Amino acid sequence: MSRSPGRKQENHKISRELFVLTYGALVAQLCKDYEKDEDVNACLDRMGYSIGIRLVDDFLARSAVRKCRSYSETAEVIAQVAFKMYLGVTPSVSCSSATGNEFSLILDKNPLVDFVEELPAERASLCYCNLLCGVIRGALEMVHLAAEVSFLQDRLKGDAVTEIGITFLRKPEDRKHRKN
Amino acid sequence: MAIFSVYVVNKAGGLIYQLDHYTPRSDTEKTFSFPLDLVLRPHDERVVVAFGQRDGIRVGHAVLAINGAEVNGRFTADGKDVLEFLGNPANYPVSIRFGRHRLSSNEKLMLASMFHSLFAIGSQLSPEVGSSGIEMLETDTFKLHCFQTLTGIKFMVLADPRQTGIDALLRKIYEIYSDFALKNPFYSLEMPIRCELFDQNLKLALEVAEKAGPFGPGS
Repeated sequence: MSRSPGRKQENHKISRELFVLTYGALVAQLCKDYEKDEDVNACLDRMGYSIGIRLVDDFLARSAVRKCRSYSETAEVIAQVAFKMYLGVTPSVSCSSATGNEFSLILDKNPLVDFVEELPAERASLCYCNLLCGVIRGALEMVHLAAEVSFLQDRLKGDAVTEIGITFLRKPEDRKHRKN
Repeated sequence: MAIFSVYVVNKAGGLIYQLDHYTPRSDTEKTFSFPLDLVLRPHDERVVVAFGQRDGIRVGHAVLAINGAEVNGRFTADGKDVLEFLGNPANYPVSIRFGRHRLSSNEKLMLASMFHSLFAIGSQLSPEVGSSGIEMLETDTFKLHCFQTLTGIKFMVLADPRQTGIDALLRKIYEIYSDFALKNPFYSLEMPIRCELFDQNLKLALEVAEKAGPFGPGS
């Protein structure tokens, strides 16, 4: 988390622990507020969405990436540039459908779950990092790409890896509004 | 070298931010005796000079004040019609201030929406697919630079034709927007920007760009 304002190159770094703890406190509070896991997941997704719609302009302003011309290019940019910029990790991308509009991001390291071992028994279907899905969905929507984003596999639930699935919904149009 | 103004237009074509950074003040006040050697005519809601340009009073300048009192459109401060007043020799000698009429905020809103539409037409007319849209509009007195982000927001800067570094300035304004407007939790997207920090940082960026001058960095 660093920015370079104005003339002086000041890198304001905030402690990663603080960020991870804040996220953990957020999820814990939501668990207290809502009984059902689906509600907590939906709430995290909504919050992520409102972050994503604002974050995308920050990403585009700072990374100066060009307009993506295909879904696979978009998925690559999300994994290699955006994740790197904001979370410091680079998930690997794979295309999981013949139609070319379903992709998976495989995260081998996820800073948000640094201090979480496994989910408690009564919260078995909680998607702990669902905020990330909302962020990606919101960001894609602002560049006119509708997508469904969800966790396909989650290490916290006992799976081998953490996998985020992105399914692009609309056919690419030949117009200038394309995600980048 | 000067940057005249900055406009920010949202996705729907509505003006969400406008800043007049530098307006060349070209008001001229002079005392006249009957008969007036300028030809005046009504135009919209104002009285403008149609002919008889002299001494800094140019064709197109509007009557701004009579005898020190600001006119209200086509009427003087006390409600008399300006043209009638100036046609009556009994009112002379009279001191009239002429100058360029500044755009009202409604006019700016309309002009920004019109530019938004022209921009869309421009990209459609392009013979190549995936055109960036209008990037620059050039006249003899100013250049309008436009940058549309991938999210659909347009940043427009009107600057002196000799001013360089506007591309970098537009990118910088995008950064400032993404920082001080978007990250402000109380700012709703697509709404007029009323963030103090955005104003301050934008003015700073404009000053830096102006100081860089015509031989400045970037293109």
